[in-house]
Formats: sequence, structure tokens, C-alpha cells
Amino acid sequence: MKAVLLGASKGMGRAVARLLAARGDRLFLLGDHVEELAKSARDLEIRGAPAPVGTACCDLLQPATFAPALDQAQQQLDGFDTVVVTAGLFATQEQLENDPQLAARLLAADFTNTVLFCEEARERLLTGTEKGGTLCVFSSVAGERGRKPVVLYGAAKAGLSRYLEGLDHKFRARGLKTVCVKPGFVQTGMTVGLKPPPFAGTPEEVARRVMKAIDRGWPEVYVPSAWRWVMCVIRRLPRFVMRRIEF
Amino acid sequence: MPQQPYRSQIAGWGRFPVVDGLVLKSENLAAISETASLSRGLGRSYGDSSLPARADFPVADTTLADRLLAFDPASGSLRAEAGVSLLELNRVFLRRGWFVPVSPGTQFVALGGMVASDVHGKNHHVDGCFGEHVRSVRLRVADGRIVDCSDASEQDLFRATLGGMGLTGHILEVEFQMRPIPSPWIWGESERIDNLDAMAAGLKTAARDWPMTVGWVDCLARGATLGRGILMKGRWAQPNEAPQKPPSLKRRFRVPFQFPGIALCKASMKAFNLAYYWKHIQRVRRGVVHPDSFFYPLDILDDWNLIYGRRGFTQYQCVLPHADDNGPARRFLELFVSGGGMGFLCVIKDCGPQGKGMLSFPKPGMSIAMDFPIHPVKTPALVDRLNELVIADGGRIYLTKDTFTRPEHFRAMEPRMDAFNAVRRKWDPQSRIRSAQSVRLLGDPA
Repeated sequence: MKAVLLGASKGMGRAVARLLAARGDRLFLLGDHVEELAKSARDLEIRGAPAPVGTACCDLLQPATFAPALDQAQQQLDGFDTVVVTAGLFATQEQLENDPQLAARLLAADFTNTVLFCEEARERLLTGTEKGGTLCVFSSVAGERGRKPVVLYGAAKAGLSRYLEGLDHKFRARGLKTVCVKPGFVQTGMTVGLKPPPFAGTPEEVARRVMKAIDRGWPEVYVPSAWRWVMCVIRRLPRFVMRRIEF
Repeated sequence: MPQQPYRSQIAGWGRFPVVDGLVLKSENLAAISETASLSRGLGRSYGDSSLPARADFPVADTTLADRLLAFDPASGSLRAEAGVSLLELNRVFLRRGWFVPVSPGTQFVALGGMVASDVHGKNHHVDGCFGEHVRSVRLRVADGRIVDCSDASEQDLFRATLGGMGLTGHILEVEFQMRPIPSPWIWGESERIDNLDAMAAGLKTAARDWPMTVGWVDCLARGATLGRGILMKGRWAQPNEAPQKPPSLKRRFRVPFQFPGIALCKASMKAFNLAYYWKHIQRVRRGVVHPDSFFYPLDILDDWNLIYGRRGFTQYQCVLPHADDNGPARRFLELFVSGGGMGFLCVIKDCGPQGKGMLSFPKPGMSIAMDFPIHPVKTPALVDRLNELVIADGGRIYLTKDTFTRPEHFRAMEPRMDAFNAVRRKWDPQSRIRSAQSVRLLGDPA
């Protein structure tokens, strides 16, 4: 497998990249912090990814960086068949309500720009030597239902999930498998300090399940898997209940 | 966005004392170390070593900084971030034929903590402490600079950092020497031993032929059987002795809840110790052993510290100089048993020469470690009496395990303390980096 990862120097992306590295897949890392990327690249090489693991600067807040970064990856890997996007911003609803600029950045990063990045990636996956491949993108269970603690973040992720669903419907027949990952609460650097609810997952268990989803081409995967059932209930709750509960 | 500290209960492995403190946690350890008063890894030191001096002083949790940064397969030199766990190092390197030069008795320690405690293991008599194999350490020192120190550069800082309990600066990265191994399996031999003299003699003899030795002692046996136990010896198995497949990850079990205090009566301890001793019914056993069972027998039980209940527990570990009649060790065990001490585990190990860490624990002699539950009145009194005995016999204690030692006792057993504090003053005149333990024992301001 030849995989390009956006956001692999932290959290769940780091965990996925390590599993790919351990089985010897060729990797290329994209991210906005060049020194951090280089350190992560060395980490993955030591863990089994064929050296050199290349890196390129790609900032989710600057769509102009997307195409050049993917071109660089294509060149170094001589084409790729998998793209994994774990990058994204997170802030609490309170922070976002109090800071419209932060809200604008988060909405742009988690929806518009992630979609634009996926468009660039999709084009290259479909026209590449493999004629298809896998586009695995981390959305969130926050997009499943409008909920009080994640009104804005959830809205961005809802849009992203819908986009990925559409991609899967349109391009699966042409060989492009879209995997939409919907993590519930996962204990990462992004969620430190928040009180973990029941069924909180670790990046490692998320990564193991995501690998399965990538290998089998599941269009949608909840991690940890208990969240499938949690969200199944939440989606069916009537509005008068959603207005009352704080979840 | 700069990270905000969050409130969290902070405690060592003994679950006493507990601080409702502030924690910073991020992959970017260099960033969070700028505002933290202390770094902590997996929190496996028993007492207050990894606790902040005051509840409102933030502590940096290093465990997300776990990347391997450089490995040279020709020389075996490895550079990694301080938060990487020994579990992870073993998972990556064991099957490739490499092992850490020195391993403590649990894999749930972070690399930074291995340096800060200058950990020792079953091979101390031949290989010394972990610090002997460290080439350089990258530290965030108190004035905010990032300093690389080694024997060639800033030697005073380097040597104070080995075994320096994280008090010289925030350990960010460590470069050390890995060791090639012939196979990932252990060839081990264990022997049932009748008493303390036989144990001491057995350790001494075994040290000549075996690179790894340790003794487990039934710490409730008295009189003629005082010091009886099991002597374990091991070496890395040769490829022709070992199974072809690499050792699988051992299934782990979790202690599901905090045990009630009653579970720890004298009878249950006695039963455990008796069973452990007589389980080894044959005099000698030999064979290939899973490396995890050999190095980390207790790691199979996650959260085993919950067994000690609400009040928590402590470990007392000291090293006592050798004596032909094993007098110091005998007096120590007798005092422990008669002083109302009781424990599941007592581990005995002969130490090699003192290392280069300025405050490193081991020195030639017999190291004895025992766990026991905390009693609010009896435990401090027992630790006082044990410390008085250790001082009289010229021994010293291991800070990583300590919760109750008084400053005057520590000073009496640590003539090296002034030199260590002098290095700290040079790099950190205001004691910005300090812990609850350094306030208790090293005279830092609260």
C-alpha cells in the first residue's frame, strides 16, 4: 500500500500511521508543521515503514497548499493508492460561541477545506496508476445529530459526512472506496481535560478498527464500535428530548 | 492555541498521597514544559516523586510525546522522546533482536522516568543502572532554554539528571545504547532457597555465571527460615534453545475495583507468601521463559495497586552494604517483621558498583524492596525505624519508592545531596522545577 496521510503527527492519525508502518506500507506525511512532520517520519521509519518517509507542508487553513503537497507525494511515492485524512480542528461550543473568528476557522478547516483537499485527492486517486484506491477521512459522531455541546463542530462534521457519502455513491463503481470514520469520544491530545464519557476509546483501538475498514472498504465505520448503537438511539430521539438533555 | 492545564487527581503508584492538581498534556512536550513545574510520565514511582510541590503548580504529562527519533542498527543507538513507554520499546524492538540495556520490573514506565530514577534491573551486578547506557539527554532547564547534556557537554547537569528525579529540568529526549540479543526468549533457572544466608550466597554465586539474577523473599518467615525464598537466574536464550516464533503479547487482566482494607490481613499475606514459596515445589527449575514473565511478572495484572485498598500502599527499598554474616540484611528483615510490617512481595538483589548518576540509588551491597499497605500511624513509625537501621548500617533508600522518609534521615544517608543541590542551584536558582518530594526531602520551598 502507498498511503498519504494528512494529520498523522498527532492523535488518531499517529496511531493509524504506526499500524501502516508496522506492516511495511510506504508512507508520505502532510501537515502544517515541518519539524514535527520530520520527527514523525523518522518514528515511522524506525517502526517499519520503508525509508524515506517523505513529508510536505500542507495547511488545512490554506487550500493553495493542497495540490502542490499531493503532487509532491505522488512524485516521491510514484503514485499512491490510499489517502487518510485525520487533520481537523476542535473547540468546545462555548469557545466557538465566544470567538467568531475561531468559529470561522474551524468551520473552514473541518468542512470547506477538508472537502477541497478530498477533491484534490480524489482526482489523483481516480487518474493514478491504480485507477481508484481508498480515501479514508475522519469525520465524527458529532455530525449525526444536532446536539447542544457540538452545534458548530457537529454542523461541519455533518456536512463532511454527507459529502463522503456522496463520493462513495458516485465513485465506488469506478474503483474509489470512500471510508468515513466516525469516532466517538477518543482520548487524544485534542480531548485532554474533557471528562471521558462511557465508551471512550484510545487512539490505538481506533486505529486497529480503521485499518480493518480501509482493508475491507467499509464506507462508514464507528469507533469504538459501541458508538454505532449509541448514535442509533440518539438519531431517533424526538426533538423535545434533545432540547432537554445536555448530551 | 496554547494549552490550558486541566484539573486531575495526581498520585504515584502507591495511590498515596493524592493531589488535586493541574496537568498539561500534549504531543508537543517542548511547548508544555515551558510552563510546567515538573514532568511526569506513567506515574510508576510509588510516592510523591511525580507530584507537584503545590496543587496549583502545573505538571507536564509526557506520555503523548512517544516518538522514536533515530535508531542506528549498526551501533544500536536509539534516540526517543521522553514519553515513550518501555512496553512500546519492547513491542518494537524485541522481535528485531534488540532490548533496553537495563530494564526495571515493570514495562509501564516512560523513558524519561527511567532516566530520572536511573532505574536498575536484574543485571545490575554486571551492567549497572540505565544511566550508564545513556549518551545524552535533551532538557528544558528552568530558565527556559533547551540544553543537550552528556558526558562531553554540561557534564554536571548530565550526571545530576541521571537519577535526579526530574529535578534538573524537563527531560524531553533521551539517546541511549540498545543491546543486541540472540533471541527474544529467556533461558531461566529458579531455585528454592531455605534461608537468608543461603540466599545471599546463592546470589553471590549466581552473579558469577548469570547476567541476570534476583531473589524473592517470603517476608513473613522468621527464625531459622528468615530470608527463605526463590532465587531466579536468567540469560537470553540462544536461537537453538528458543522457540522459533517471537513471544506473543501476554494477555493482561484488570483488577476491577479497589479492594476493601480487610483483604489485606496478616492471614492473606501469609497465605500468599506460603503459596508463592511452595508453588516452587521442586528445588530447581530450568527452561525457556517468556521475557514478560521473567522481567515483568506483575504486569499481567493491570491496576494491581487497587488490591491495597483505599489507604494506598508504599514500598520501602534500601541498599545495605555487604557483610560476611549478612547482619544488616538479617537485622532489617527482623525489624520489618517485628515492626508489624507485612507485604506480598519482597525482592532482594545484590548490586554492583555505584553509577555515575549523582543521586543514583544503587551501590555495592544488598538491595531489599518490600511493598506494604499504608497505616496512617504505624507506617511512618516503621519507616523511621527502618531508616535508622539503614543509616546505622551505612545504606541508603531509593527515592522513587519513598513516601515517608524524614529530611534529617535522608540527609544522614545521602552525603551526595549537597553536591546534587549545588548543580540544581546553578541551573535553577529559584527551584522553579520541584516536586512534592523535593520539598519534603531536599529543602525546596513549598
